[in-house]
Amino acid sequence: MVMEKVDLNLVYERPESLTETTTHYCPGCTHGTAHRLVAEVLDEMGIREKAIGVAPVGCSVFAYDYFNHDFVEAAHGRAPAMATGIKRVRPENTVYTYQGDGDLASIGMGEIVHAAIRGENITVIFINNAIYGMTGGQMAPTTLPGMKTTSSPLGRDVEIVGYPVRMAEMLATADGASYVVRQSLHDPAHVRKAKKAIRKAFEVQERGLGFSIVELLSACPTNWGLTPVEALHFVRDNMVPYFPLGDYKVIDEVAKLRV
Amino acid sequence: MAKELLKGNEAFAEAAVRAGVEGFFGYPITPASEFLEYMAKRMPALGRAFLQAESEIAAIHMVYGAACAGKRALTATSGPGLSLMSEALSYIAGTEVPAVVVNVMRGGPGLGNIAPSQSDYNQMVKGGGHGDYFPIVLAPATVQEAIDYITLAFDLADKYRSLVFIVVDGNLGQMMESAELPPMRELRKEPPEWAVYGAKDRDPNILTSIYIDPPDEEITNIRLLKRWMEIEKNEVRYKEYDLDDAEVAVVSFGVAGRVCSSAVKTAREEGIKVGLFRPITVAPFPFKQIEALSKRVKRILVVEMNTGQMLDDVKRAVGGRVPVEFYGRIGGVTPFPDEILDEIRRINESEDAIEDGMEKVQWLERLEERIARGE
Ligand SMILES: Cc1ncc(C[n+]2csc(CCOP(=O)(O)OP(=O)(O)O)c2C)c(N)n1
Ligand code: SF4
Repeated sequence: MVMEKVDLNLVYERPESLTETTTHYCPGCTHGTAHRLVAEVLDEMGIREKAIGVAPVGCSVFAYDYFNHDFVEAAHGRAPAMATGIKRVRPENTVYTYQGDGDLASIGMGEIVHAAIRGENITVIFINNAIYGMTGGQMAPTTLPGMKTTSSPLGRDVEIVGYPVRMAEMLATADGASYVVRQSLHDPAHVRKAKKAIRKAFEVQERGLGFSIVELLSACPTNWGLTPVEALHFVRDNMVPYFPLGDYKVIDEVAKLRV
Repeated sequence: MAKELLKGNEAFAEAAVRAGVEGFFGYPITPASEFLEYMAKRMPALGRAFLQAESEIAAIHMVYGAACAGKRALTATSGPGLSLMSEALSYIAGTEVPAVVVNVMRGGPGLGNIAPSQSDYNQMVKGGGHGDYFPIVLAPATVQEAIDYITLAFDLADKYRSLVFIVVDGNLGQMMESAELPPMRELRKEPPEWAVYGAKDRDPNILTSIYIDPPDEEITNIRLLKRWMEIEKNEVRYKEYDLDDAEVAVVSFGVAGRVCSSAVKTAREEGIKVGLFRPITVAPFPFKQIEALSKRVKRILVVEMNTGQMLDDVKRAVGGRVPVEFYGRIGGVTPFPDEILDEIRRINESEDAIEDGMEKVQWLERLEERIARGE
């Protein structure tokens, strides 16, 4: 077949902040979407060369394979403490953590809360997929009431194991937190909003305004037992109502930022 | 610089400052808190990072982060804190980044007490965290030694990209003693090439302890082990006192070793041919030197402020060549020189062989008698 030569405008390319590695994430997983958004923001802000990422323990443990900048890999839940150590001795660098809900809201609850309380000048990208992905689909602190997981086979019984935790709401109560927002990755319109939030969060750090966190409602089709499309619908229909989207804390200086 | 009267923990903290520590992260715990309090004033005054963390878990992960960023980093704690830190210690070892941890040991297990003890020997020397790794453990016995070895600890940590522990006990931490501090070192200007500091004009640096393919982890384990063998070859440190013509050798580390040295002096005045061997690196342990010692003496006495944790290492080095006896005070009790002197006198007269394990049974009998006498 002979291809016709046409003039094409390049409208989409790999951000410099991403490597060319083939993904290990499952089809329909939104980790990849979140990676791409972070990378685009780092590119647009021109901060790739000073960025230091802190990867969690979870499906995104190998985030450093995809990002084209310095990275460390933390112990389960401890990324905010590790990021604190880095940022305190290298305040000139841009330091961010990338964490799942088991990592951030369960085992690492202490570290994230105190990083927020201290107003640590780091950025946190928080992937809330309501499940433990990497270990095969156990109940997470964010698993919805009634939701079946391998460790709540009859559905999450709130009488026995309690209710899901709403991290954005909780962290917004910390005086040290400057920008706390929840967005979702379930459709293109929301992906655009999510990117804006990520951009703002990094701007907060670049201006030394303190702690910023972007919670992203995400899909785990594999462990939810849904197709990729069904999983996105599940986010829209089930997660968004329980975890309402929007800004939870925007201090005055941040409200003035235009991104 | 001249000698001055220095308080243990504060002097150790200042020694770390002068060795170029750029990040101190800690959590209050007696008997190590003065370290934290001193750093709270000193580090910010120098424009360096100080942070009281929300827990020892967070504190050591902050140290881990700062170490990955290529800065000299430190924490100081005591047993219960060290237990919480073991997760990060294993990660630090697995990531091969340098870090220094001071453990001012106290009585245990559990909450125990805040009195001086050496009960964390195994926890320090044998690792404490999960996986195959080998920390360097330095056990000074005087304020001066502690100052000197804190400086050395940072150098060794950097040289071998290793975890280095300084173990002292509450005695030394709280002691006022005349000592000399080293001059202030200049801070490192360039980060080590492996550190994370921003991938400008180079490929990204990645620091991780995950090697998902077993063959990769195996290669890593081999690298760690070979590095450790190198350390065993180069870095064994110890002190000997009056051992030239000794027939009885006392082996003891840290402050217990210091108590032993005064007992040995008195025994010498009584004409007993006794000397002291004091390991300074309890890891790497001076196996060869103690093996050689066991070929020259008739009997060995191990003295510790625990139930005989180093004893096992000494026995391994001695290999049954001569009887090894044990004496310890435990639970936060520091032995008096007189107690050790009694032991030296008794041992000097004794010709009995000791069946393996009986050294502890016999010690317990003597100890319980002593306790019953109210000593
Ligand atoms: C101390 C410790 N406990 C447990 C584990 C096992 N573990 C690995 S990942 C994970 C949960 C990850 O779930 P999440 O943070 O929600 O991330 P996801 O995989 O869903 O992206 C657990 C429990 C571990 N690695 N370390
Ligand atoms: S298990 Fe879930 S979170 Fe993990 S990669 Fe697959 S879809 Fe994504």
